[in-house]
Amino acid sequence: MVRYIIVFLLLIGFGAMLYPLVAEFQSPDQLPEVASVYAHEGPQEIGAANLVTAVVVTYRGLDTLGEVTILFLSATIVAFMLKLAQKNRPSRTIRPVSEILQTASKVLTPAIFLLGVYVFIHGHLTPGGGFQGGAILASGFVLMLLAKPDLRWNKTLIHAVESISGFAFVFIGILGMVYAGGFLDNSLLALGTFGTLLSAGVIPLIYLFIGLKVGAELASIVGNLQESQNQIV
Amino acid sequence: MLIKLLALVVGLLILGIALFALHARKVSVAILGAGAVSLLASVMFLLMAAPDVAMTEAAIGSGLSTIIFFYILNKIRQQNG
Repeated sequence: MVRYIIVFLLLIGFGAMLYPLVAEFQSPDQLPEVASVYAHEGPQEIGAANLVTAVVVTYRGLDTLGEVTILFLSATIVAFMLKLAQKNRPSRTIRPVSEILQTASKVLTPAIFLLGVYVFIHGHLTPGGGFQGGAILASGFVLMLLAKPDLRWNKTLIHAVESISGFAFVFIGILGMVYAGGFLDNSLLALGTFGTLLSAGVIPLIYLFIGLKVGAELASIVGNLQESQNQIV
Repeated sequence: MLIKLLALVVGLLILGIALFALHARKVSVAILGAGAVSLLASVMFLLMAAPDVAMTEAAIGSGLSTIIFFYILNKIRQQNG
């Protein structure tokens, strides 16, 4: 009982501490300075119909590189920790998977992969982009694993896809430094017609590599977990 | 107006499911509750006109992280006998 009262008092105190932030908040009528530059000059400067992508890939491209690096590190650490735990242990017998799931996964997996590729190829035109498309690819891989738990997936291929796309992402950025305005500048290729698939300079190319990289990383996390689960402790 | 009303309903549902997940007896039910909270949060982002964030939340928050939580739960159960 005393514990609940203390928790309640703490919550009230926390609310009182945060109240001034809310009380003084008034939604501004116009965009702040940086945002208005992005919103007004973005379409001509970057040529991407999806302004979010213009900010994420070009104006704040270095931050995206950092995010991709964090994801890479976490995937590596998961693989490392699981490797320590398993040393040629016998695998357990797996319960047969229901026929409905198996059939549904055969129908749905190609469609999910196609949706993921669509999302990251069209990142500069429609909502979504490399991260979202990559996550959709990885969910397709999860469905494959659920339908076939002892699936032998090609680790070398996934690691090759991941490293090549990571290298290509940084390489495009450095090419931008040499031949265009700066690191990850998208005017390396012609901007093209606004709103078509081949527009916005190198953004479609960068998002293709980010999508493949994120998809491969998330898939390898899930695949490693599944593999370690199949082994008897 | 309609969007505000819908957002209110979704917000209350999020709070309700989160409380349910906190007080669930079985851990697996709590994990499913957390996944449902993420799914509703992605609906909320969509109502607030942020489809990019909504897609990320739906794919990673409610899809992959729920699956990863189940893998870890299974691993803990195996190690505890």
